[in-house]
Amino acid sequence: MNPSTHSSRPSLASLAKRREIVLLVLIVALLAAVGARAPVFLTPSSLADVLTDTAILLMLACGQMAVILTRGIDLSVASNMAFTGMCTALLSKYHPELPIVVTLALAPLIGFCLGAINGALIAWVKIPPIVVTLGTLSAYRGMIFVLSGGASVVTHEFSRPYLDFPRQTLFGVPALLWIAALVCAGMAVFLTLARTGRSLYAVGGNPLAARYVGIGIERCQFLVYCLSGTIAGLCGYLWVSRYAIAFTEVAFGYELTVIAACVIGGVSVAGGIGTVSGCLLGGLFLGIIGNALPVIQVSPFWQMAISGLVILCAVIVNSRGEARKGKLILRDRSPSEPQIRPETA
Amino acid sequence: MSSPLSAIRGVAAALVVASITLCGVTSISQAQEKVRVAFLVKNLGNRFFDAVRDGGTEAAKELGNVEIIYVGPTSATAEGQIEIINSLIAQRVDAIAISANDTNALIPATKRAMQRGIRVVSFDSAIAPEGRIIQVDPSETKLIGAKQVQMMADAMGGEGEFAILSAASTMTNQNNWIAAMKDELKDPKYAKMKLVTTAYGDDQSDKSYRETLGLFKSYPNLKGIISPTSIGIVAAAKAVTDQNLVGKVHVTGLGLPSEMKAAVEAGATKSFAIWNPIDLGYTTTQIAYNLVKGTVKGVPGDEVPTGRMGKVKVGENGVVVMSEPFTFDKSNVAEYAKVF
Repeated sequence: MNPSTHSSRPSLASLAKRREIVLLVLIVALLAAVGARAPVFLTPSSLADVLTDTAILLMLACGQMAVILTRGIDLSVASNMAFTGMCTALLSKYHPELPIVVTLALAPLIGFCLGAINGALIAWVKIPPIVVTLGTLSAYRGMIFVLSGGASVVTHEFSRPYLDFPRQTLFGVPALLWIAALVCAGMAVFLTLARTGRSLYAVGGNPLAARYVGIGIERCQFLVYCLSGTIAGLCGYLWVSRYAIAFTEVAFGYELTVIAACVIGGVSVAGGIGTVSGCLLGGLFLGIIGNALPVIQVSPFWQMAISGLVILCAVIVNSRGEARKGKLILRDRSPSEPQIRPETA
Repeated sequence: MSSPLSAIRGVAAALVVASITLCGVTSISQAQEKVRVAFLVKNLGNRFFDAVRDGGTEAAKELGNVEIIYVGPTSATAEGQIEIINSLIAQRVDAIAISANDTNALIPATKRAMQRGIRVVSFDSAIAPEGRIIQVDPSETKLIGAKQVQMMADAMGGEGEFAILSAASTMTNQNNWIAAMKDELKDPKYAKMKLVTTAYGDDQSDKSYRETLGLFKSYPNLKGIISPTSIGIVAAAKAVTDQNLVGKVHVTGLGLPSEMKAAVEAGATKSFAIWNPIDLGYTTTQIAYNLVKGTVKGVPGDEVPTGRMGKVKVGENGVVVMSEPFTFDKSNVAEYAKVF
């Protein structure tokens, strides 16, 4: 994860690393605290459940991070997921004979198309990301009504392979986790080794400088929304298959959890900062809280307050680190601040 | 978490309202004489309410000059319903039948509607008496609570630990049913059954599923789960099947035959119950029609003619009670799954 090629700013890399270590310590402390109250939570099978339950969140967080890196945000991921999930569910209902490979190929493709709409509007029509994706958040969810007539697709209407595939195991690990591992690893390689992946950091960190060195900002923006959409589409199928029900309210409001995972993982909402490993830790952190609260039998009235508080604490820890980083960037770059504002042309 | 979420819900609700208003404009000009009854449900995309609408449509056909308008927010919130009530007032419908997301929050809006001469009835999930004329209970709270405890006792052999998986901790009907279950459990014949906890899945599949997994971990001796909500019961049955606990943990509660068919066939659920939503929609429409026509006032003691359902009597606080919930098991679930 350490970008050794960029030796000009070793402090950044070490800071990022330190934050991840803090988060790791937090996670271990959290596990210990939960384990002290409910030892059953720390059994291997229970931890495996937590990981499986968090896999979808981890993938979505990786996609979201790429978007946030470019100073953007994708609020439409949950709606995209729900729509793609409904598409694949209806396909499975009316054409149960289609092999699972078709679903696996189609889900990311549908997600890609929805993401591309976001990307095109943001990169070339120049509408702010929050406006575009807030709009498509409603639009994509509305399309589920249009598609399904408001009806749900339920357990016995799915084809067997559709429901079974994510649970099939290879070397004892379910396919869902293999897919998540592949997506996250792919994302890590892309962001650390590929030239386009590296340029995303530049686009978010300093758009003006990025343009001077010849990075196509619009191309990068378009790309990240496509990426986020593609991952959301894939997750749409996985989500529907996991809970064996597709209805209009699938994953309602889940985009906020995804963004929270990124922020906890140290992805800067101001753009340019973030790592896949941080994101994964952030997602795991939320996943552990979500799974632990029912087990340690906290009153449901307290559960929301507690998870909110814990998120807030994590963000405070993070933003303290970030404040130092921000100063570093400014000192490194230019004496006059207005220059680093993104240009519009 | 709540404020951005409600902002999003607001946007969604606004879209719904906008579309309703559009529909409303056209229908006003088309049907001057028709009695227009709006069914405002907890949320769209719920098969139970779709079946309620079908019952309403059946009654409308019988009565001849009734038009059914079917509306609801995209997610089950009181805010969404309030906005829709306001738009229904603007459309001057004749009656609104509501399944409420909150007992009290809708009262100011429904009072405004009643001041403008709109007859407001609630069905399924009630509005407090001052916010409506009649509440149609599909069944009596006590019967529903008792039925679920009986099914649980039957599935787990009358002894052991069980838990309840509810929807949101604020939902009126959920909490009333849970209270009724606890009452029923006081009967000495259930002495060996122990209710260990009540978990809340917020009517979201993922949270319900996660809560169910949490129950397995917290209570290794758990023998049963009662989920009085159609989303919770599906998620709980799926979790039991996924964790290979079929036969060890039994799931029962309130669910829809179409959504529970797989669970019953897999053996995760032996039996579950639900009242007949078609009859519920049918009866509610008949009552709303009679209120609009002025044949009854809806005060306690009134007898309301309800077509093929005979007559119903308005009880204390304007509550009308239908019948005890219907049980589904292996023998009949497939047949009813085709209906709702």
